[in-house]
Amino acid sequence: MEILPLIHSIWTIVVMVVFLSIVVWAYSSKRQVKFDEAARLPLDDDDSVETLAKEKHHV
Amino acid sequence: MAKAATSIASQPTYNYQVVRQFAIMTVVWGVVGMAVGVYIAAELAWPLLNFDIPYITFSRLRPLHTNAVIFAFGGSALFATSYYVVQRTCHTRLFCDGLAAFTFWGWQLVIVLAAITLPLGITSSKEYAELEWPIDILITLVWVAYAIVFFGTIFKRKTPHIYVANWFYGAFIITIALLHIFNNLAVPISLWKSYSAYAGVQDAMVQWWYGHNAVGFFLTAGFLGMMYYFVPKQANRPVYSYRLSIVHFWALIFTYIWAGPHHLHYTALPDWTQSLGMVMSLILLAPSWGGMINGIMTLSGAWEKLRSDPILRFLIVSISFYGMSTFEGPMMAIKTVNALSHFTDWTIGHVHSGALGWVAMISMGSMYYLIPRLFGRELYSLKLVELHFWTATIGIVLYISAMWVSGIMQGLMWRAINPDGTLTYSFVESVQAMHPYYVTRWVGGVFFLFGMLVMAYNVLRTVSSPKTTEVNDKIIAPALAHH
Repeated sequence: MEILPLIHSIWTIVVMVVFLSIVVWAYSSKRQVKFDEAARLPLDDDDSVETLAKEKHHV
Repeated sequence: MAKAATSIASQPTYNYQVVRQFAIMTVVWGVVGMAVGVYIAAELAWPLLNFDIPYITFSRLRPLHTNAVIFAFGGSALFATSYYVVQRTCHTRLFCDGLAAFTFWGWQLVIVLAAITLPLGITSSKEYAELEWPIDILITLVWVAYAIVFFGTIFKRKTPHIYVANWFYGAFIITIALLHIFNNLAVPISLWKSYSAYAGVQDAMVQWWYGHNAVGFFLTAGFLGMMYYFVPKQANRPVYSYRLSIVHFWALIFTYIWAGPHHLHYTALPDWTQSLGMVMSLILLAPSWGGMINGIMTLSGAWEKLRSDPILRFLIVSISFYGMSTFEGPMMAIKTVNALSHFTDWTIGHVHSGALGWVAMISMGSMYYLIPRLFGRELYSLKLVELHFWTATIGIVLYISAMWVSGIMQGLMWRAINPDGTLTYSFVESVQAMHPYYVTRWVGGVFFLFGMLVMAYNVLRTVSSPKTTEVNDKIIAPALAHH
């Protein structure tokens, strides 16, 4: 029965470390270009109804 | 299908059919669910209105209202937008058309069954999970099909990256499956009656683990998926910070699941569990506001668009209400505040600032964006969108301010004690004092419903107008290599 609180404590630390690693990973400058591209994913896809009516102007 | 075949025959298309169906039903169920809401608000103000007919008493229509607005209106909006977003951001057609069609018809059947059984008094009496076990099984089947369609589409995507909106939709689908199954574990004793598998305080805790995470994952994560797609699209700007969106996602996932006990303050639930629920609810303020800032700041540098674009205004104001209600929520989760607010109308006001302000308004904005694109037609009238926006906003403000005043007054009247230790007010005196606020709330509801009817008219005129443009449902390879 002594082991359960220990597992809980370790688990809390593990989850916290995982979360902090995600934060560090997300904010690392190496990811900047990738994320800028990802953020443009919906915008680079032209879903407007006018597109087919007019000429296709998407570059 | 036939439409797609007549145009460029060889080019693959997105599955717009199922998105169209869900989008139209979003509007239909919105009108129905909100109309029931307005009726039961009138019943509270003028109790005569139940005409002594058991099927239309407040007790039976209230779960019908909540199920209709959350699962029929909100659910259809989530199905429609998630199917649209996952296809368009993955540049691939929805996985398995047949299963997708099953999710539509299955979900509509669930709603119809709810509309029949709830007025008949058939209920498991678990809040937001009232439907009896045969319907629960149908929900499970539909939900598993939904997960297969959604994740199947993610799996066969043509883009290397999974756009953040899909992460939120995915988390919503997985978590709701889990919550639904565990909260509805029950022992059936007949076709329409079952008893919960849990007893006593465990039952209460499982119920509110479900209940609050239905708020967290059905009414929040799913609609945040909408925010991360439709706000950038309508504003034509990328999301303010993609990094923040990732941290937002994981912070929400790590913290939301623990907040349920704040529904059970000062009950038989162990004290430490109540305190844990309170602390986790307070922590939730951080991811909630991180997300809100990310959504609103997407407009940074383009604020003038708010003046001319009522659709964008729906989206941005919804995020503001999200910020308001996610500030109010943690505050109400503090035990001492909860001691005043619990069981009062303040809770109802809080729920509706989230439900009308956040959930409904972001769905409406998204539908105004989607419907013209889905049907290949121009929106019939932007003026009517404007009218809808203002009637909805006035309705919400009337509703929530009436409930704040009424709720705090109730709480204060209930706890008022004379010097000799007796209660200052009898319960019925507090009921009498609430009457003007109940009338105000009903007026607010009428405004909100009127706006929804304006939307229904606008959508009807849009989809029945002659076709001026072509539906843009051709799949074009992702443009990722443009840098």
